[in-house]
Amino acid sequence: MTTPILRLTGVSKHFGGVQALSDVSLAVGQGQIYGLIGPNGAGKTTLFNVLTGLISADQGDFEIDGVPYQPQAPHKVAQAGIARTFQNIRLFSDMTVLDNVCVGRHVRMNGSLLRIAIGAVLQLPSMQREEAQIRASAQALLERVGLAQFAHQPARSLSYGDQRRLEIARALATEPKVLALDEPAAGMNATEKLALRALIENIRSEGTTVLLIEHDVKLIMGLCDQVTVLDGGKHIAQGSPQEIQTDPAVIEAYLGRHRKARAPA
Amino acid sequence: MLKRVKVDSPITRASALALMGLVLLVLPLLADALGGHAAVRALCYAALYVMLALGLNIVVGFAGLLDLGFVAFYAVGAYAYALLASPHLVTHFAWIAQAFPDGLHTSLWLALPLGAAVAALFGVLLGAPVLKLRGDYLAIVTLGFGEIIRIFMNNLNAPINITNGPQGINLIEPARIGGLDLSQPLVWLGFTFSSVYLYYVLFVCLAVISGFICWRLQHSRLGRSWMAIREDEVAAQAMGVPTRNVKLSAFALGAMFGGVSGALFASFQGFVSPDSFSLMESIVILAMVVLGGLGHIPGVILGAILLALFPEVLRHTVVPVQMAVFGQVLVDAEVLRMLLYGLAMVLIMLYRPRGLWPAPEQVSP
Repeated sequence: MTTPILRLTGVSKHFGGVQALSDVSLAVGQGQIYGLIGPNGAGKTTLFNVLTGLISADQGDFEIDGVPYQPQAPHKVAQAGIARTFQNIRLFSDMTVLDNVCVGRHVRMNGSLLRIAIGAVLQLPSMQREEAQIRASAQALLERVGLAQFAHQPARSLSYGDQRRLEIARALATEPKVLALDEPAAGMNATEKLALRALIENIRSEGTTVLLIEHDVKLIMGLCDQVTVLDGGKHIAQGSPQEIQTDPAVIEAYLGRHRKARAPA
Repeated sequence: MLKRVKVDSPITRASALALMGLVLLVLPLLADALGGHAAVRALCYAALYVMLALGLNIVVGFAGLLDLGFVAFYAVGAYAYALLASPHLVTHFAWIAQAFPDGLHTSLWLALPLGAAVAALFGVLLGAPVLKLRGDYLAIVTLGFGEIIRIFMNNLNAPINITNGPQGINLIEPARIGGLDLSQPLVWLGFTFSSVYLYYVLFVCLAVISGFICWRLQHSRLGRSWMAIREDEVAAQAMGVPTRNVKLSAFALGAMFGGVSGALFASFQGFVSPDSFSLMESIVILAMVVLGGLGHIPGVILGAILLALFPEVLRHTVVPVQMAVFGQVLVDAEVLRMLLYGLAMVLIMLYRPRGLWPAPEQVSP
């Protein structure tokens, strides 16, 4: 394998007495769809929060595209090329669908806040041009995820599945190298899941690597190239979906230990 | 319900603007005829409150940061102008008297940007320590900040006399524009324009410019970042919005409007004292923003005008009405004002929780 696009080494995090992550390592290859699974409380979302800088890790090394980064300020992580969605949708609900995506574009535009403020007040041509660029690429993204007809509605008026798609569009607007999706299919019906699957495959085909937390086994098995399983904050297995399905440690984590294996009472 | 009028053709737009300008210019003449200079003065204050409310709207309405100490920036702007355009500094500091033997006579065009800059600096000073706070906690800290500024103004007369303490600073020079002294009536084309009318024109011009600036900021990248923070700070951060700087910019820009408004207030009154900058002022400005329509510029302007004129109207009607009906004054206008304020708040929050003129639900493309 060539240099992984995202590499985490020895990541640990504890909350008080709870070891949420202990010594977790991951290497996600360029263009992969990489699954992150595990029972509830395994530390999947904590790992997402740590690698996007929303909470700070106790220790661990982080590398994106071969360049080390310190996940301390979330906006710098976004700049470095990791965008995410949230398990419980976090849209800018009172803003329009288009504006939600526009916010994601900002990180790829240059200019200090002062220049933006002055440029906006005086309506400088350069600022108007950039604004037009932002809107055009946001509109294009909405078309790609199939939400263009809702562009000028407030985000909160969208259906649940559409809100999830909008979150993905907003994350894509930051032009991420790695798109981290936290349970994107949660609460979706079968049709929506199918559309989501097509969208994720489409995202990968454009060259963006996808890191995916998901409970839906069918989705994981159908989509992922590689899967890492976490349990109790520990890395317990890694491999292709087929390998994972037969891994005794994984079966144990999900279903409990086999009777015969138990020590006699 | 108000129907949205589409203003797309440049001719409609220009004529609408011209009409609005004409109304704004004629309004004080009408007020003068009805209520004399006091009524025009009330309009002047209304224009100042429009600027204050617009400034606070950036912080509370756009960025969603509850600020209960906004009057501090008004105070800072007022004192900045007062110190720069009164004999106070020259009489109390020998070295300033030496440097400016003729006294400090800062022109309005220098004092306004200076007032704005000093207020912006204080905005950042307030903003920096409260970056991690939200909601109630932020409100408490900002409330304290507002009080701290007022108490400083009250006590900075010793050991070195900077603000002249509770007595305040007087003999502040009136605004001058070119050769025009706004404290003197202007005779032009056979008409006499009184001093208040001149001030009115200046204030309204600046209020219109403020509204315009706010409008453009709202529809810029910066405005969108403010709103993203208001809606969900964590998501905004994760999408690459540098929340610290964006929040500071909201505090600084909002404070600038307060500072300009304060400087104008000082030039208009000719006198400033800490009494003008009590917590009640902050609350009134916040009420203007909330009752008008949080985050919606026309609503905020409407709220500011209504709440600024309301006490004046009351002052001039309560006593005569009671005299006519009861033959004596039973309730003082001031008491009634607070009562009606409270009542208006309750009613608006019950029946129009998003303000009198909230932002339209659906934005047309």
